[in-house]
Amino acid sequence: MNNNLVELNNCGVFRNQKWLVRGVSLKVSQGKIVTLIGPNGSGKSTTAKMSLDILKPDEGTNTIKKDIRISYVPQKISIDWSLPLRSIDFVNLVTKHKTSEINDALGITGIQHLLNEDVRNLSGGEFQRLLMARAIAKEPHFLVLDEPVQGVDYSGEIALYKTIQEIVKKINCGILLISHNLHVVMSQTDYVICLNGHVCCSGVPGSVIKDQEYIKLFGNNIDPTLSLYRHNHDHHHLPDGSIDESGKNN
Amino acid sequence: MFDDFIIRAFVAGIGLALITGPLGCFIIWRRLSYFGDTIAHSALLGVVIAYAMNFNLVIAVFAVSCFIALSLLFLQKRTNLPDDALLGLLAHSVLAIGLVLLGILSFIRIDLMGLLFGDILSVNLNDVLFVWIGGSIVMIVLIIIWRPLFAATVNLELAKAEGLNPDLANGIFTILIASVIAISIKIVGILLITGLLIIPAAASRNLSSTPIQMAIISSVIGLVSVVLGLQTSMIWNSPTGPTILAIALGVFTLTLLPLKKLLISKKKIEL
Repeated sequence: MNNNLVELNNCGVFRNQKWLVRGVSLKVSQGKIVTLIGPNGSGKSTTAKMSLDILKPDEGTNTIKKDIRISYVPQKISIDWSLPLRSIDFVNLVTKHKTSEINDALGITGIQHLLNEDVRNLSGGEFQRLLMARAIAKEPHFLVLDEPVQGVDYSGEIALYKTIQEIVKKINCGILLISHNLHVVMSQTDYVICLNGHVCCSGVPGSVIKDQEYIKLFGNNIDPTLSLYRHNHDHHHLPDGSIDESGKNN
Repeated sequence: MFDDFIIRAFVAGIGLALITGPLGCFIIWRRLSYFGDTIAHSALLGVVIAYAMNFNLVIAVFAVSCFIALSLLFLQKRTNLPDDALLGLLAHSVLAIGLVLLGILSFIRIDLMGLLFGDILSVNLNDVLFVWIGGSIVMIVLIIIWRPLFAATVNLELAKAEGLNPDLANGIFTILIASVIAISIKIVGILLITGLLIIPAAASRNLSSTPIQMAIISSVIGLVSVVLGLQTSMIWNSPTGPTILAIALGVFTLTLLPLKKLLISKKKIEL
């Protein structure tokens, strides 16, 4: 038995006469961070949902290790106005936690003071932190974060990435992280997969600080939390997303 | 004690109000009010079948309601039509089939007014037992499936991803709605049951800050509406079901008053 928490093997999802994503293979094991990047509509969320077994692949196999605790931070959650829901109720949504566990989780994400606040009074950034707190409260083995830094400003983004690093250190879980940023990823990422309907390229991220191009753009004040990912594509996409076959002749 | 029709009415009404409270909350949270209406409309078909085959009314209505709920799930998967269109399609076509059958089977005599608006003063001991035993079962099942159902209400994919079984919970919840509508037919009728599910829960929303609080307060408001409604209908000799709902609306209106603000401003004056 290998120690992969989740493994996708050549997976694809076919909806409305079209492949949303195809031929994706990835592995997440304990203590490792895999980052998915790619443009909008490239199948990042679809891939994440296959790794959570929310979506069954129409092709290939998704294997999830049995009896592991899984946490999911979805890309979008809208709480209906008719629901009276405090932060504490939201943390207890799937699993009922002890007060100390809830306080710890809210403490790590820095929103301990919002315990009894109605979730609809939270700002976008606070709500993202609450989503994260709920996900880590049950100390998952496998954590999926779908664009956890969306709507958060640059410094907030770095703070959230630092939080993720703390989480990994504390509970040593495997993480599948989806990022909207095509070129900058978390330094601690072990492996980057670039998607655009299929796996375009993948590899290990380089260091931002050593990269002259990046320093030219952003100066020397770059935070060591971030890394630059160098794409290594051998093909082009046509406007409809399909691969440009003519390019291969060059 | 149960010889008195007034006491039977109180006991049945209170039993119903207790269970419609929390169920009504879920109906509001999940935007299912039109679904409740659809199930209630289709109840007429169940009533006609029950009379035609000389079968227990509550069970026949329950069976038809479940069938309609399953049809809805099937249609949701097989068509691209929005839910409200599917519900409208089901509600009125099944109501029409019920009326057609009623016309063909001319030997059936149904008190149509009683069916539409209920007649709580005519409930017998069996009906009271149905409400309390059925209601208790519904309440126990609801408590058991509360967590997956509530998680699925907030976010279906999150519940699914983290190992709950939200589809099963959703299916069971549908059956619970069907059962409550079946046991409530005689008490408030098919046109008014959605009101008893929704108005107390809506009033409760204005007063509560946690989900469980909202469910409990909703039951209490339903209970108050039933008790006051029954008494008022006896004083004014008004139809009971509509009176109960009118009282519930009165409570809802009261909850719109800025009670919290009033309390706070009073404190400030004292300071």
